[in-house]
Amino acid sequence: MAILEVKNICKSFGDTEVLNGVNFSMEKSEIIAVIGSSGSGKTTLLRCINFLETATEGEIWVDGECIFDAKDKRKITAEEMRKRQLNFGLVFQSFNLFPQYSVLENVTLAPKLMAKERPDYKTHKKEIFAEIEENAKELLDRVGLSDKLGSYPCELSGGQQQRVSIARALALNPKILFFDEPTSALDPEITNEILKVIKDLAKKQITMIIVTHEIEFARSVADRIIFMNEGVVLEDGTPDEVINNPKNERTKAFLSKML
Amino acid sequence: MEKWQSLFDGFGFNLLIFFGTIIAAVPLGLVITFCTMSRFKPLSYLSKLFVWIIRGTPLMLQLFVFLYGPGLLLGIPMKSRLTAAFIAFIINYAAYFSEIYRGGIESISKGQYEAGQVLGLTKRQVFSKIVLFQVIKRIVPPMGNEIITLVKDTSLVRIIGVAEIIMSAERFSKQGFIWPLFSTGLFFLAMCGLLTLLFNYIEKKLNYYHT
Repeated sequence: MAILEVKNICKSFGDTEVLNGVNFSMEKSEIIAVIGSSGSGKTTLLRCINFLETATEGEIWVDGECIFDAKDKRKITAEEMRKRQLNFGLVFQSFNLFPQYSVLENVTLAPKLMAKERPDYKTHKKEIFAEIEENAKELLDRVGLSDKLGSYPCELSGGQQQRVSIARALALNPKILFFDEPTSALDPEITNEILKVIKDLAKKQITMIIVTHEIEFARSVADRIIFMNEGVVLEDGTPDEVINNPKNERTKAFLSKML
Repeated sequence: MEKWQSLFDGFGFNLLIFFGTIIAAVPLGLVITFCTMSRFKPLSYLSKLFVWIIRGTPLMLQLFVFLYGPGLLLGIPMKSRLTAAFIAFIINYAAYFSEIYRGGIESISKGQYEAGQVLGLTKRQVFSKIVLFQVIKRIVPPMGNEIITLVKDTSLVRIIGVAEIIMSAERFSKQGFIWPLFSTGLFFLAMCGLLTLLFNYIEKKLNYYHT
């Protein structure tokens, strides 16, 4: 069964239609790279799936369960909303770390707040928090920041900040991890640092959707590439199919500019 | 000596108004901010109208309104001048504080709210655990400014007959002693000096990160 199914997602802002019926599905452990020129709707698609925007039409299914249906106007509870939200993790283009918290606190904040709802929270608070911190340290070690636990975001380079935000998203064990142009705010030199981390996650079988401008990276890490143009999926296939043998003229024109 | 004593007694009223206003107007201002920023439009408009009236008229006039208004309009005379002074100051300063808070809240980037949301935090948690602290750091300088203004504004209560320090000193100038009147400046300077030190300390404490 598909872990994620996106059905006919449309989104318009006023009169501007940004998404015109996006359809795709993905399997567990799959890695999809979404490419396309600016304004093609890649980021909006990601934001719609992550509930940062409300799609005007369409449905989103996770593990066979409908978590969004534009036709369903019933109000859902905040709790239910959060449960749906936690299917996904999102790494932002501009990191969005919490400046007043240390690196470790950035990663542990959400899990610690979440732990308050556990029935054994009051009796085992110490153990639960120790476990959360242990897990956070492990994640930060995985992204190569075990020597920065006590630092504040403003003391880190852009690449380091982005690695913290990856660890922060992973700390909640999302079913699918999304990246919104994770290297666009970084120097080309530092870009590789992030790409290496993502490749490492790929080895760990983490299901990911990556919106990116790095075609070479998309080719090397993704199982599938989706090319978006004017709010629809124009190509959807293996890197070989989409990059080496694109079917559409529009894709060819885009790739010739990028490669 | 007896003149200094009288100045100290007078300054007691200034301090009373000062601390009373701080204690009540700081939280009341936040309530007004939430009303102004509410998505329920009538409440938001009402709140903006309120802030406009309070900020658009002299505090001195508001003192009179709260002293005589209840008796003239509602038939319940204001019994205590001090109470009228408290109400006028609290409402006036809450309106100013609310605008400082609003500026602080609106200056926090959308990304901070979104990051909190995708991490599964509730709206309340996003505000209390992420936004609030950043807002506090941003509003410390303008709040310091406003609070120092408040110290000196407290002398306005003499207009409705509350015997604060300048009113006490004026009595002596009528007897031919002008120095107590000028000496009142020392009290205000001392108080503002202490507050300046306090706010510098807070700013320094919050300076462990920058954005």
